[in-house]
Amino acid sequence: MPSLKDLKNRIESVKSTRKITKAMQMVAAAKLRRAQDAAEQSRPYTERFNAVMAGLSASAQGSDTAPRLLSGTGSDQVHLLVVMTAERGLCGGFNANIAKLARLRASELKAQGKTVKILTVGKKGRDALRRDYGDLFVDHVDLSEVKRVGYADAQAIAKDILSRFDAGDFDVATIFYSKFHSVISQEPTAQQIIPASFETEDGEEAGASTLYEYEPSEEAILADLLPRGVATAIFSALLENGASEQGARMSAMDNATRNAGEMIDKLTIEYNRTRQAVITNELIEIISGAEAL
Amino acid sequence: MADMMQFDLVSPERRLASVEAREVQIPGADGDMTAMPDHVPTITTLRPGVLKVAHAGGTDEYVVSGGFAEISGDGVTVLAEEALPRGELNQDMFDRMIQGLRDRHAKAKDAYVNEPGPVDEAAKLLADMVAVGSEMGLSSN
Repeated sequence: MPSLKDLKNRIESVKSTRKITKAMQMVAAAKLRRAQDAAEQSRPYTERFNAVMAGLSASAQGSDTAPRLLSGTGSDQVHLLVVMTAERGLCGGFNANIAKLARLRASELKAQGKTVKILTVGKKGRDALRRDYGDLFVDHVDLSEVKRVGYADAQAIAKDILSRFDAGDFDVATIFYSKFHSVISQEPTAQQIIPASFETEDGEEAGASTLYEYEPSEEAILADLLPRGVATAIFSALLENGASEQGARMSAMDNATRNAGEMIDKLTIEYNRTRQAVITNELIEIISGAEAL
Repeated sequence: MADMMQFDLVSPERRLASVEAREVQIPGADGDMTAMPDHVPTITTLRPGVLKVAHAGGTDEYVVSGGFAEISGDGVTVLAEEALPRGELNQDMFDRMIQGLRDRHAKAKDAYVNEPGPVDEAAKLLADMVAVGSEMGLSSN
């Protein structure tokens, strides 16, 4: 049976924990709004880009001269998994879910006898995968200094991946990130970026059906745009991830705040009971002492 | 309205413009072109340059670093890698863009010793950017 003083201390400490989680929740809510805004802003670009690329790649797919970024290297022996996670924890299952998906994929590929290489973006993913797949890491991108993810960050990552592809380091690249649906639902997603595949949201997008003139040539445009497609895919994944992270943190902190509240209620009841017991005890002692006289 | 068309300028980070335009002058990779309503559907890549949009309220100018433009009969969509309203471009930003292209040129020189194509390309991009700078009255040193 804890003493009154112990109980009081615990209530105090849970109360300050609740204050912290409450503050984190509010910070996450503010950041979430900003992250969602950024994702919203980039959507028109991504949508138009994908629509144009869908049209272009559909016509180039059949030809023998299709760029390697589109048609692949002709083999799928070496896979590069780009695992994008957050730099910070305390956001529920966000990082763990992405890492789980990546781990699953890695073990599947290994079972098929493929070579797996892992590139991590964000500290938490690296930490989660290091124990099982530490020997497969090829590089790590640190975004902890970046306050607001910009297109330049995505370009830098894309450049790194593309130079590896040009050097023949891998055949297939897949990015792992978390798609943002709502505050309570984020879906870990794997998306293949090399060789590229473009899907429009609705099949009747004008880009696929209208006949365009191309300047310079269709091939030249495709060759110019494919590397940008990689950067665009990474950029939108980073933004989705950013929104998902804040959403996950917000709901995790909301839960934590609620739990702390419940705990405080329980401890307060216990505290009151204990105090009453102490008083009753004292009374009994006094009364029985008086009777004994 | 036959004499107006929808014009959108988007970069990955934000939507810069979405207006009804009369004509749009685009710095295409193979040369400038002006798109007016009912232009033949065209897709072109951009070089670093100035994009001019004439609309009912006057003319807007934007500096773009690259990307591509999609022209269809009833509108123009420009997807720029980096785009700024002309007034927002300052020396610092311009220096950064120039530096990026210089690095790229130097890298291309190292990487493709026997292949002039990519080196020339990078040199052209750099020259285009310098031209943008001189038009803006910014130094490129």
